[in-house]
This record gives sequence, C-alpha cells and structure tokens, in this order.
Amino acid sequence: MSDRISVAKTYKLYLGGAFPRSESGRTYPVTDAGGKFLANAAHASRKDLREAVGAARTAFGKWSGATAYNRGQVLYRVAEVLEGRREQFTAEVAASEGVAVEQARTLVDAAVDRWVWYAGWTDKLATVLGAANPVAGPYFSFSVPEPTGVVGVLAPQRSSLLGLVSVLAPVLATGSTAVVVSSRERPLPAITLAEVLATSDVPGGVVNLLTGSAAELGPWLAAHGDVNALDLTGAPAELRAELEAAAAGTVKRVLRVPPTEPDWTEPPGITRLRSIMELKTVWHPMGA
Amino acid sequence: MTTWEYAPAPESRDIANLKPGYRMFLDGEFVEGGGEPLKSINPATEEVLAEVSTADRDDVDRAVKAAGRAQERVWGPMPGAERAKYVYRIARLIAERARELAVLESLDNGKPIRESRDVDVPTASAHFFHHAGWADKLDFAGYGPDPRPLGVAGQVIPWNFPLLMAAWKIAPALACGNTVVLKPAETTPLTALVLAEIIQQAELPPGVVNVLPGAGDVGAAVVGHPGVHKVAFTGSTDVGKSIQRSLAGSGKKLTLELGGKAANVVFDDAPLDQAVEGIVNGIFFNQGHVCCAGSRLLVQESVAEEVLEKLHKRVATLRVGDPLDKNTDVGAINSREQLTKIQELVASGESEGAERWTSPCPVPDKGFFFAPTVFAGVSQAMRIAREEIFGPVLSVLTFRTPDEAVAKANNTPYGLSAGVWTEKGSRILWMADRLRAGVVWANTFNRFDPTAPFGGYRESGFGREGGRAGLEAYLDV
Repeated sequence: MSDRISVAKTYKLYLGGAFPRSESGRTYPVTDAGGKFLANAAHASRKDLREAVGAARTAFGKWSGATAYNRGQVLYRVAEVLEGRREQFTAEVAASEGVAVEQARTLVDAAVDRWVWYAGWTDKLATVLGAANPVAGPYFSFSVPEPTGVVGVLAPQRSSLLGLVSVLAPVLATGSTAVVVSSRERPLPAITLAEVLATSDVPGGVVNLLTGSAAELGPWLAAHGDVNALDLTGAPAELRAELEAAAAGTVKRVLRVPPTEPDWTEPPGITRLRSIMELKTVWHPMGA
Repeated sequence: MTTWEYAPAPESRDIANLKPGYRMFLDGEFVEGGGEPLKSINPATEEVLAEVSTADRDDVDRAVKAAGRAQERVWGPMPGAERAKYVYRIARLIAERARELAVLESLDNGKPIRESRDVDVPTASAHFFHHAGWADKLDFAGYGPDPRPLGVAGQVIPWNFPLLMAAWKIAPALACGNTVVLKPAETTPLTALVLAEIIQQAELPPGVVNVLPGAGDVGAAVVGHPGVHKVAFTGSTDVGKSIQRSLAGSGKKLTLELGGKAANVVFDDAPLDQAVEGIVNGIFFNQGHVCCAGSRLLVQESVAEEVLEKLHKRVATLRVGDPLDKNTDVGAINSREQLTKIQELVASGESEGAERWTSPCPVPDKGFFFAPTVFAGVSQAMRIAREEIFGPVLSVLTFRTPDEAVAKANNTPYGLSAGVWTEKGSRILWMADRLRAGVVWANTFNRFDPTAPFGGYRESGFGREGGRAGLEAYLDV
C-alpha cells in the first residue's frame, strides 16, 4: 500500500475546446452519494452560458459541413478513448451515483457502446430519414435531413455518464453542436468525459459542458436567440413549463421527453435523432 | 403593330352554388353556433357573400368531446384499410366538385380562378388521395411497428389557401387515425364548410371531422382545450409563438408552419427570361399571400440592371382585377386589414429610401387591390427586407459572390423556402446545401406536391407536411 499523496484534479468547465474556470469565480462542493467531499466543481454563470452558445454556433459550420463518414469516425474515436479509461469512469460513476462498482462498470460499458451505436448512425440518417419524392410533374424532388444548429441540453440529473452520453451523442451524430448543463449533484463524470472529447478529434466548441444548476441556467438557455433546440431532460419538473414557454420566443424545437428520467440502459431508438434534425426538400425541373 | 386586347373571360359565379348562410359542422351535423355570426365578404367587390355561424366555447367543448368519442370508439379502432377508403372518397368528391370549389374559393379569398382551379383544388384532392393510401401502411412508414395516433387534433389554418390548408391538415390526421377539430380563417370559411359537406357525403362517422368557424378566440379555445392532444397551426409567426407559449407544459404535440422571407437568388449565368418568370411566380402568385413567397430577390450585381428591366417589362403585363376572370394574373388582396398592412410596409420602403416601381396596370376602383410593386436599391436593414409583407411586393437586393448570396439569403430569423437560378449544376447543389430553409426550389419556384415534405427551419416553424415525414406530426412517435 502506497502512502503517496495523490494529485487531486481541479474540475473546470469545457468551453470552446478549453477548460476555463467559471468567469464568475464561483465553485460548489461536490460530494459522493454518502456525503463525502469529492471535489469543487465550477459553478457556471449566465455569461459562461452565453460564451458556450457562441462557441457552439461558431463550431456549427465546420461540424455540420464535415462528411458523415468523418463525424462517424470522430464519434467512434470517442468510444475508443472512453474504453481506455473505463476504470477511471467506473470509479467516478460509482462515487457519483452511489452504485456498486460492478453496476458502475456496466453503466460505463453501456456508455462506450452507445458512442459506437451513434457513430454508426451518422452516415445512415439521410438514407433512413430522407427520400426521393415521387412528385406528379417533371421535377426531381428530394428531401434530406440536416442538423438543426445549436442544441441546448439540460443533462439528466441522476445518470451522470450513461444518461449524459445518451443525450449528447445524438446531437453530435446529426451534426449539430451542443451546450450542455451537467447534472448539478453529479457533475464530475461530465467533466472527465469532456477530457475524452478534447482528446478524440471532436473539434473545440462542438461540445460545451457547463457544470452548475439547471434551474439557474435553464431560463437563459431556453430564451437564447441562437439556440435552435432544447432538451429539458434534466430540468426541474416545476420549471419545465416555464422553460418551454421561454423557448417559444424563438420557435425552438423542444424535445418531447418523459417527465422522469428513463432507464438509460434501454435501446434508445431514433426519436431523439429525428427531433433535432430539419428536413430540407429540394426541387429541380427535369427536361432535355 | 396590331394589339390584341384581352376580352374578359369570366367564370360564372353561379357555379359556386353560394348559399346565403353557412353553419358550422359539429358531430356530423350542420348546426348554428353560439358565437356572433360573421359575414364573409368578397374582397374583389366588398359585397357580403354569406353569413356564417361561429362557435363559442361551449361549441368548442362539444366538438372536442365529439371528436374524442369518435376517435376512441370508431375512427381509432377502425382498420386502416377501411379508414383509407373513407379518405379516398373525400379525394374523389373534391375532384368531382372541383369547379364549384374553385369558384367559391376565388369569391371568398380573391385569388384568380386560374390558381384556385389549377393549383388549390386539384392539390387538395391529391393530398387526400396520397394520404388515404398511408392509412393501412403506417407499419412501413419508418416509425416502428403499429404506430399509434395521438387522439384529437386541433387545427387552425390561414386564409391564403383555405381549402388546400384544410386538406394539408385533415388528410394526414385522418390517415393516421386521429379525429379533427378544424378552425378555418375568419375571412375565408366557406370552402372548409363545403369540404365538411363533402365529408358528410362521404359518410364519415359523426365527430371524425368538425369544422368551427370563428376568429382567433375560437382558435385559442380549440388549441387550449384539454381534450385536444395534437395542435397544428399554419399562420403568422407571432400567433405561432403565442400558441407554442400557451401549450408549454401541456404535453400536446405541436407543429407550426409560420411566416417566411424567402430569398430568390439569381446568378449571372441563369437563363434570365426563365428566371424572370420564376421571380414573377415566386412573388405574385396568389397576390404574394404565400408564406414561402420569394419576397427577397437577390440578383448578382453584373446582371442586376438587366434583370430589373426585364422584370418591369414582364410585371407590367400582369393583369390585376376580377378574380373570376380567367385572364386575371393577380386577384384581390384578401382583406382591408391586409391591404392596410401592405400599404404601410410599402410606405416604409419608400421612406427608408428604396426605389419603388409599381406596375402601371389598371386597378379596379372597388375591392381590395394592390398593383404589383418592385423595390430596387433595398438594403438588408430595411423593413421591406426583413418583415413578411404577404402581398405583391418584391424587394430587390444584389450580391457579388456566392458566399455573399448565401450570407444574405440566410440573414433572417425565418427559414421556410429559398430559390436558386443558375445553369451550373454544382452551384445549385452547393447553394441548396447551404441555404437554411425547409424547401429549396432550383430553377423553379412555388412547387407543391403531397409526396414532398414542406415546412420551415428556425422561426418559420417545425414539423413537416406531406410525404412520409409528414406522418410523424400525427403519430405518437
């Protein structure tokens, strides 16, 4: 048994590809399920959120313009890097969620597999959701799904890794970019996941992860004019209607999510992918 | 040179089979409504066409309950193959009464008979025909096995394509097993009520479709009713936002098809005569009362002068007048209110320094008419470049490079449609990829088909109408 003093990590935000502290200088203590201190997390502010939306918007052009094959490879790379850090995540998930190590390992494995699943979707969405439209006239008409833009995500409060991956990976698979507010009580796996993203060829700004309070940041995210879609999975139940109403100000797509957190180990289906995509129909005349 | 004058070729208004009074359609019966009756007027003559009963809150409640019963007991459990046959019947009956519907539509709405006859009515029939076939094929639509309907659909539609919008709303709802409470627009309720008659003739079970005329308060009561599970709205972005806000937290599935400020982009290599036809069709079709109208013309600088000249020449030939005359190109503005709005925005264009050109065509003394107008020298900050005018008014801007065209085209909170005119195939696809709009017409404009999904990006709304994608709005998936 080593008596070495371990090097504790400072958990920061993940914003525009960098790991800054909150501009507000605020932090809050994070404990394990038993109440034991784990670390201080950055307590993101409204200004951090605005920075994050700006970074996500800037990153959108290139990420949405990347080939589906390329995006698939990047997502697969995330799975590869995550796989290599299974032990670290297992420990963090076990501590955060208060589950046995065996169960935490299952959750981490499922998270890795989920990245692989979504990696495979990038170049199939257009085939499955698009169409050649048999219009009644001398025109060629086709419809193709496109990413909606910047997706604001209030991540699940309970499932610190698998839940987070289940709401984040589909955003990336479609070619949208994300501003994510992590679980307030269980934010550490989210920031460690950001380290994985930062080293997996995910371009900076494509994912922006803020630790802090969904109740505090949610209203700003819901009302922000440069956010195109909103996932309220981790929103406090009593705030849902208010956030949906704020989203109406810029006609955001608000995902239909269950009132309580679903079982994330269930196969996800494609509803979430579909609801953050736009369908574009193109027409051109035919003639010799 | 001999000039051949047009002789009027009016369609007979008798064909419309106009009745002095129309009643709302509730639970399979035509009944008086509890609301104050409204008078639908002919916008081309300002004469009253008919008195129409409107719904009050109790009527809305009765209609939603009737629709709920019909959905649970009859329409929902009915095998898809049987539902399909009812919907096919509607398609056929519309086609059989096409001429009557077209004349009635032109009388009530003011649109040229050529458009109601060649576009609105046939496309409405086609929409029912296409969706009828989906009713027993939903398992194959890509939403998993046995996708379920949502229940009662509350639908609110606009006045620009009264019958066609009713078809776009009702057909997919019925095919997917939902029942309907539809509120037509206050100024154009007549064809929706004849459609109700057709639905009665088609012997649909009572309560499956209910049509409740009225103003915005009736629409609000329909979408807000707790017995409604699905809301579909087509209309202005402002009202759309207020509906989305009002439904927050309700769990009702919502689709919105809202306003637009489409860019129609003309490159210097485009076949200019063809492009001019497309520009004209893009903005003057249906008096510009089209959410996807090509209201911002972006012309490449090197051909701007030439295009403008050709455009003036072509637009000056458009005939404005009697909607029932088969020669008419531009009919009546739908209401005094809309005419005032158009005049106000046109005045803003002048005061903000754009150069106004208005067709010298004769305009009738009576009725609501507005001569086709083209603004040149428009800058992006002007109201006529940003706001939806919903009238026969085109704003012309210029660009130098393809990148600039894309930036200007996308510089709007809307994203319903866009047009591209160029002979270069790679550029068409490049533009189509970059334009943030739900429909991109390349070397054509304003094409619609039941198999081609239609709907907006951004503040032009969400959800699609038409094709396989359009079914999602009416399924619990």
